[in-house]
Amino acid sequence: MASLDRAEVARLAALARIDLDDDALDRLSGQLSAIVDAVAKVQEVATPEVPATSHPIPMSNVHRPDKVRPSLGQDEALAAAPAAEAGRFRVPQILGEE
Amino acid sequence: MRNLNRLTAQALVDAFASGKATSVQATEAALDRIARVDGAVHAFLHVDPDSALATAEAVDKDRAAGKKLPPLAGVPIGIKDVLVTEGMPTTAGSRILEGWLPPYDATVVERVRAARMPIVGKTNMDEFAMGSSTEHSGYGPTRNPWDLDRIPGGSGGGSAAALAAFEVPLAIGSDTGGSIRQPASVTGTVGVKPTYGAVSRYGVIALASSLDQVGPCGRTVHDAALLHDVIAGHDPKDATSIPDKSPSAVRASRKGREDGLDGVRIGVVKELTGEGFQTGVRQRFDEAVHQLTSLGADVTEVSCPNFEYALAAYYLILPSEASSNLARYDSVRFGLRADDGDTVEQVMGATRAQGFGDEVKRRIILGTYALSAGYYDAYYGSAQKVRTLIQWDFSEAFGNVDVLVSPTCPTTAFKLGEQLDDPLTMYLNDIATIPANLAGIPGMSLPIGLAPENGLPVGLQILAPAKADDHLYRVGAALEGALVDLWAGTLLTQAPDLEEAKA
Repeated sequence: MASLDRAEVARLAALARIDLDDDALDRLSGQLSAIVDAVAKVQEVATPEVPATSHPIPMSNVHRPDKVRPSLGQDEALAAAPAAEAGRFRVPQILGEE
Repeated sequence: MRNLNRLTAQALVDAFASGKATSVQATEAALDRIARVDGAVHAFLHVDPDSALATAEAVDKDRAAGKKLPPLAGVPIGIKDVLVTEGMPTTAGSRILEGWLPPYDATVVERVRAARMPIVGKTNMDEFAMGSSTEHSGYGPTRNPWDLDRIPGGSGGGSAAALAAFEVPLAIGSDTGGSIRQPASVTGTVGVKPTYGAVSRYGVIALASSLDQVGPCGRTVHDAALLHDVIAGHDPKDATSIPDKSPSAVRASRKGREDGLDGVRIGVVKELTGEGFQTGVRQRFDEAVHQLTSLGADVTEVSCPNFEYALAAYYLILPSEASSNLARYDSVRFGLRADDGDTVEQVMGATRAQGFGDEVKRRIILGTYALSAGYYDAYYGSAQKVRTLIQWDFSEAFGNVDVLVSPTCPTTAFKLGEQLDDPLTMYLNDIATIPANLAGIPGMSLPIGLAPENGLPVGLQILAPAKADDHLYRVGAALEGALVDLWAGTLLTQAPDLEEAKA
């Protein structure tokens, strides 16, 4: 089983959009590696004949009538935004310089 | 009446009905107590005296006018900060949501308001409910009222400590792997994780959507039952909400107290006793099992061989779901935006680095790993199979017994800081509570005494089949009744006086 090394933790943190400085990388990668080794235990009993369970109380086809209901207005939806302009969420630029 | 803050919810209801106390007096007593002891305990992240007193005044006025009121009208309550409250700050214990004012109420909060209960404030918790000690709160830890140097459990340490410190008689918690039951155990209070889907998750800030469940916290089994019946029931806003009518917890609790446990079959989970459990925990648990027998129950030992894999499965499923759920903290629509970086992606990375604590980062990264290409089958897929095996263990056990029992936690409350740098040791605190979340079944923790070696509370866990939450209350109330008779009062009456301790 592949263990989690520092480079792999840096790659995963980038995927998860969390900037980690060197200190945080050092701290977290040791702990994460130990956790990954411990949880690998699930493979001991996860044999092919056992079906997977994704949900504790299975339900299917939960429907409701397709009717318009009251929802948040634009002002309420924007009230907690870090920045808003002209009735929209204002965000930093999407594309970098290159 | 004096010391209204020490009364149970049921005693307050009786005092209101007989005119011996008013809701304003009870709410003021709660607020006064918070003002006196919460500096030391830190159970609350936010206290809202004005709105709580306004609710209380309206209830008193309606009562005086002879209007019909809901059963818990006027009884003060604390709400775990993971439930959104309109116009009241909600943070889930995270700096990334500091100062956020939700534009709506969670369904459970709506029900509490409809029950006319004054909401005194929001209780502290581990950030996004990740932890077993409340030390991972972005706003500082809560302390255990039994010993201020010790943890109150987590993630719902705030709700449990608020009860044990006699700040409020009732609180709402949420339980993903034990976050209601483990804090109840280490604070000498009662906490219930209902069947998955029995209580709405609408407006509950998501940790792991297939495991999260909201439930009642109280100082007695009967108080928890009163609150259970307020919050349980179908909610069309939650697609996982169970449509069936939920069984009455209050009726079951009365039955347990009055009729004992004749003919009730109880299984002791072999894998959740013995090695790895503190001596005093084992001793009190064995004594409680004897009590159950004396109450008429038929007690046998039951084996659940796959429980040893539950913790590993949980720490794959939870981080996987959490990594996905927490993607919404993206610095765009609400919450923190770091003042760092040029592009939206850079700002997002800086925001999440600044706003999330270490435990949250650890679990997001772990979940990202478990779900990533090449590892999915080996980790997440295998964990889902273990989930099936755990469900099979429970099905087989419940074929022979009505409820299962175990200690709630392997140990009593540990010291603040003791396990903070050792996540794997911290995770072991939930070894007995996690199987219920994986299977979706209900569980309760109630106090069964103090460990002789350190004088700290020990909890017993009761587990019942899905949708049979009433079993918990029947067995819990019967056992609690026998123990309270034995102790001549609830366990909490033995807790140290915080105000004297401070002086």
